[in-house]
Amino acid sequence: MLRTGSVFRRRAFARTYATATSPHALVFLEHRGGVLESGSLSALTAAEQLGGEISALVVGSAEYVPGVVDKVKKLKGVTSVLHSTSIQYANPIAETLAPLFEKLLSDSSPFTHVVAATSSSAKSVLPRVSARLNVPTVSDVTSLTHDAAAGSTTFTRPIYAGNAIATVRAPADIAIKFFTVRGTAFAPAPAQDSTATDTVVEPVEVADPPTVHIKTTIAKSDRPDLGVASRVVSGGRALKNAETFQSTLYPLADVLGAAVGASRAAVDAGYADNSLQVGQTGKVVAPELYMALGISGAIQHLAGMKDSKLIVAINKDADAPIFQVADVGLIADIFDAVPELTEKLKK
Amino acid sequence: MRPSPARLLNILVPVKRAVDYAVKIRVNPQQTGIDANVKHSMNPFDEIAVEEAVRLRERLKGAVTSITALSIGPPKSLDTLRTALAMGADRAVHVALPDGAPAPEPLAVARTLRAVIARHNDAAAAPADRIDLVVLGKQAIDDDLGVTGQMLAGLLGWGQATCASRLEVDVAAGEALVTREIDGGAEELRCRLPLVVTTDLRLNEPRYASLPNIMKAKKKPVETLSPADLGVDYTPQLETLKVAEPPVRVGGGKVANVDELIAKLKEAGITAA
Repeated sequence: MLRTGSVFRRRAFARTYATATSPHALVFLEHRGGVLESGSLSALTAAEQLGGEISALVVGSAEYVPGVVDKVKKLKGVTSVLHSTSIQYANPIAETLAPLFEKLLSDSSPFTHVVAATSSSAKSVLPRVSARLNVPTVSDVTSLTHDAAAGSTTFTRPIYAGNAIATVRAPADIAIKFFTVRGTAFAPAPAQDSTATDTVVEPVEVADPPTVHIKTTIAKSDRPDLGVASRVVSGGRALKNAETFQSTLYPLADVLGAAVGASRAAVDAGYADNSLQVGQTGKVVAPELYMALGISGAIQHLAGMKDSKLIVAINKDADAPIFQVADVGLIADIFDAVPELTEKLKK
Repeated sequence: MRPSPARLLNILVPVKRAVDYAVKIRVNPQQTGIDANVKHSMNPFDEIAVEEAVRLRERLKGAVTSITALSIGPPKSLDTLRTALAMGADRAVHVALPDGAPAPEPLAVARTLRAVIARHNDAAAAPADRIDLVVLGKQAIDDDLGVTGQMLAGLLGWGQATCASRLEVDVAAGEALVTREIDGGAEELRCRLPLVVTTDLRLNEPRYASLPNIMKAKKKPVETLSPADLGVDYTPQLETLKVAEPPVRVGGGKVANVDELIAKLKEAGITAA
């Protein structure tokens, strides 16, 4: 039987000695150009709830790693920082990162959990590694509890586009529990005076990797990042075209200091960049204020925003499903109401 | 790289039968899962995967030798496979699970796919008969895990390109150029075959199967395998303790005009930044 491979059995055996030890999480912290991703800070908070040691893993090019390590050492909960520098980690891809994870998680590894944000990079690499270790990855968890005595960890996570919440338990015989964390469900870990140690990990360079990174295109914006903004102004298909999307939404977003989001319809029609999509297949946001403008409120869109504190909807269609979740609804033409709102807010 | 002067491509497309995307699901009273007596259809991301495989064949002319659709599940998964065949897949593999069996976990699915690929590639008479491209959806819209493709690539030791929004395959060079959707933008990768690709929504617009194609699909071959044939154990590693309704959000009623809207915003402490 495939599942009882040798790695698995050896780990299960080792665990009988290890039940008394407290959890030790390996948290993959991501940065872009030396700036830590806020999702990673939330993953750190989630890891802290396991109640054990936390080793943060930072990878990247020599240019950024030292600065990031200094910042990570000061983060609450971090007990040690492992860092590895290689040109192959400058634009990390799963094929080059996975061997480093495998080295860190090899037989003598102290780690009981591997944690990361539900980011595109972590989503690529964690399942790849977990499969090789014969264990599952639990994606996008929104809460967790660890039973130190039993060695089991219980997670909750949304399923069916957030229309149901599953509670799943990873039992003790899953020696290393992999999970990714929904950023909006955990506060980012704050900085504090800390005494975390740092350790250099030799990179595992992959000779002739099957996949080569060519380029990354990041949609530039001076507005707050959609995933972490406290206010989001989102537009849908009713915005008609890219020009009216911008001319209608952006002034309001600027007045509110909000990030701009979009429904899938608006993205598909080319009104807004893909990276602005809110929903089951885009970003999941939970800001203080979410304004849905000309968005009908399909299940897949609601999956991405219904944990927002205050939802405001403006729509011409009184029967639009968005009004069933909106705290404040206004039935009006967005092309009249939004400019009026923008003007009046300025005063 | 395999030395084969005339490279050909065999594509495997795993598809999942899932609750239709438009269905408003209900949690069952025992809180063990959801009420499954609702409309099911092919997972939308898998439709995109089938479409992409068929388009690759259209673009690459004779270079794509075969497109095999595969599904793991109860007898009704056959409907999903027929849909894939009607869209243009040549043949199907059904790994049959008994009715009512719990849905296999992604790792077990990935093991199944590896086993099927191993069987095929071991039996392949020529290198050109080997499967060296797997296209699958980036996530199933029921469990929303989004890990199967990566797990498969890990098990096989193949390259992976997840959340692809553009896929160009150069069969002669044994390479693919993939654009992936990532947080904040896009990323381009050059990947060597064999390769696992997972599809994002923007990769393509799946076609509707025409009636003649649906009729033709009924005659296409479907191979049925049992988990035992493949040596895969479907016992879940994770225990599902409970499935619950999310907290209900109650709409807060409507306002008549923009002034009332601003008053409500002020009440909530929201003013111009």
